[in-house]
Amino acid sequence: MPDLAVAVSGLSKEYRLGAHGPQYGRLTETITDAFRRRGRRRSRSVEHFLALDDVDLEISEGEVVGIVGRNGAGKTTLLKVLSRVTEPTKGTVDLYGRVSALLEVGTGFHPELTGRENIALNGAILGMSRAEVARKFDEIVEFAEVERFIDTPVKRYSSGMYVRLAFSVAASLEPEVLIIDEVLAVGDARFQKKCLGRMTEVAREGRTVLFVSHNTGAVAELCTRAVLLEQGRKISEGPVGDVLMDYARLAEPDGHEVELDPDPDLPVAVTAVSVRDGAGRPTTMFDLTDEVEIGITYHVRRPTHGFQIALGLARNVIDVLHTFDTDDEEEADARAPGLYEARCRFPASFLKAGLWSATLSTGTPSEGFQSLESIVRFEVEDRTVNTQDKGYRRDRPGHVISPGRWTTERLER
Amino acid sequence: MTADATLQRDEVSGDSGGGHRSHPRHVRIQPTRGWVSLRLGDLWEYRELLFFLAWRDVKVRYKQTALGAVWAVLQPLALMAVFALILGHFLKVPSDGVPYPVFAYTALLPWTFFAQSLGAASTSLVTNANLVSKVYFPRLVLPISATLGFLIDLGIGLVLLVGMMALYSVQPTWAVVLLPALIVLALLTVLAAAVWLSAISARYRDVIYGMPLLIQLWLFASPIAYSSSVVPGAWKWLYAVNPMVGVIDGFRWALLGTSAPGPEIIVSVAVTIIGLLTGMAYFRRTERTFADVI
Repeated sequence: MPDLAVAVSGLSKEYRLGAHGPQYGRLTETITDAFRRRGRRRSRSVEHFLALDDVDLEISEGEVVGIVGRNGAGKTTLLKVLSRVTEPTKGTVDLYGRVSALLEVGTGFHPELTGRENIALNGAILGMSRAEVARKFDEIVEFAEVERFIDTPVKRYSSGMYVRLAFSVAASLEPEVLIIDEVLAVGDARFQKKCLGRMTEVAREGRTVLFVSHNTGAVAELCTRAVLLEQGRKISEGPVGDVLMDYARLAEPDGHEVELDPDPDLPVAVTAVSVRDGAGRPTTMFDLTDEVEIGITYHVRRPTHGFQIALGLARNVIDVLHTFDTDDEEEADARAPGLYEARCRFPASFLKAGLWSATLSTGTPSEGFQSLESIVRFEVEDRTVNTQDKGYRRDRPGHVISPGRWTTERLER
Repeated sequence: MTADATLQRDEVSGDSGGGHRSHPRHVRIQPTRGWVSLRLGDLWEYRELLFFLAWRDVKVRYKQTALGAVWAVLQPLALMAVFALILGHFLKVPSDGVPYPVFAYTALLPWTFFAQSLGAASTSLVTNANLVSKVYFPRLVLPISATLGFLIDLGIGLVLLVGMMALYSVQPTWAVVLLPALIVLALLTVLAAAVWLSAISARYRDVIYGMPLLIQLWLFASPIAYSSSVVPGAWKWLYAVNPMVGVIDGFRWALLGTSAPGPEIIVSVAVTIIGLLTGMAYFRRTERTFADVI
């Protein structure tokens, strides 16, 4: 078994929520409190809030582990404890190896200083020595693509240049254990791709990485193992696919039919969304041999032109495909007032086993769109009679299974 | 690399940490209780960060100003001009036989250093709150680095003093060799007050609002516009509880050849050292919650 890089045991972090917010009191109150008797002091209503509740976690050397969870689940608190920004209330953390923690990029950047000066300063803040910064300087500047502006104060940078430089300094760190918090999503789409590439490199170099993110796509891509936090507790841990599925269950509403109470001012309003099987029966569990039907009921209040429905399907919180009700038409129909239902069907065999959710966007280009995120969800399971033949489906990479048309012929004897 | 800087060696290697307890870079994070050691070794490991932050403060201080480094001497010079006219010329405040402008300016140099760096250092945790809540480093780095940068201003002020002494033909004595020690004493005095105030300011912003008042009161409680020889004998010991008394008397003695500070300077030095040690202990005790309350 490989050596441990991080061992977290029984870790708890408590915050005091008083009338004045976390651990914050006015000086006069602290002084008057000090003169009161103990019993009375206790009676003050101080609520305690466990941001982390008895968390255990072991990470071996070279592992890339993702921490996922909803907002307020304790992800950031865990990072702050691991990076020693704040102390735990209970429990221990053992770190083996050189650790760098990145809770954000560009910490300590000063707008009045030039790019060159900020690299030196930020490097020192991240724990790099002067010699190391000097050695990596060219690499940093090149990665950030700011060569021409390196002696310009960063307050004159565009926000894109600023974050590129900030990320590049961080990316030049070479710790044995890297702890990062959502720093991937910086810059424009092209630079984000470059960042992700750099992170993948870091992961492949055999470093231990602990990655906290809302970006489940990035977690799925980078991590081998994941941990799911909910209300400060670890509620799931294991292969990244399984944990993301648990996360999807948490993150998304349950139910095969959702009734909506739309804004009466909208010219077109979705009133209900439902999930049914091929025979039209409401359900949320599908077998690979089934068909999935998503029904969208909507009310057209005023005559509209160019009305469109976009349906997005996501598997384990990762966007997989988008389809439009106007896909087969050159121009969207004009719709007279009335109640409509649109149905969209997919063969479930096309969808890989997992937790699926549908996002709707409806409206017209002129009047704007109404977006309904993860409005319904359903699960596709590979539990057919042919399970043995189709069992490979769960393990195959990718999010959809396209029944590609294969033919094989012998060309030469 | 980061290495040595990012992490300090573990204080409890060889404990029951499981796994491989002999790992060369094992760090254990656990709640600390009660009083903790000052861990000055941590500060030494983070010396580069300390100097970089001081360098940043110096670089940034007079950016986008028309007068630039002139500001470093403008404050003591302006105060000197007012003091010299009203106190020296109109009121004829005695100045130990030294021309009053030089007499006042020599005191205003360490005083300006004290007042400016104390103001910056006491609020350093709040002004660098983003660092405190995002990166680990010994928090003492912040008040210390905020102070160090003002040594440069003090240096510029001293150069000007040399010119003034030549102008008024005032000769320094052999005691001028003790000037570095006096500057260190001034530095330690600032730090003693700053570690206390900055630790308190993380939780109570009252410190920030009280600072101008404190500095004003302190100005009149220090022998700047007047000579400490006006303080009657019996009061001298109490007077010296203000550690700036020792520093300023020392500056005048070393540079202008006024009478050497009496035995009361021991009180000034003792107050500084006790204030610094207790302040650092208090700082270390409260720094674990800085990121949570700031």
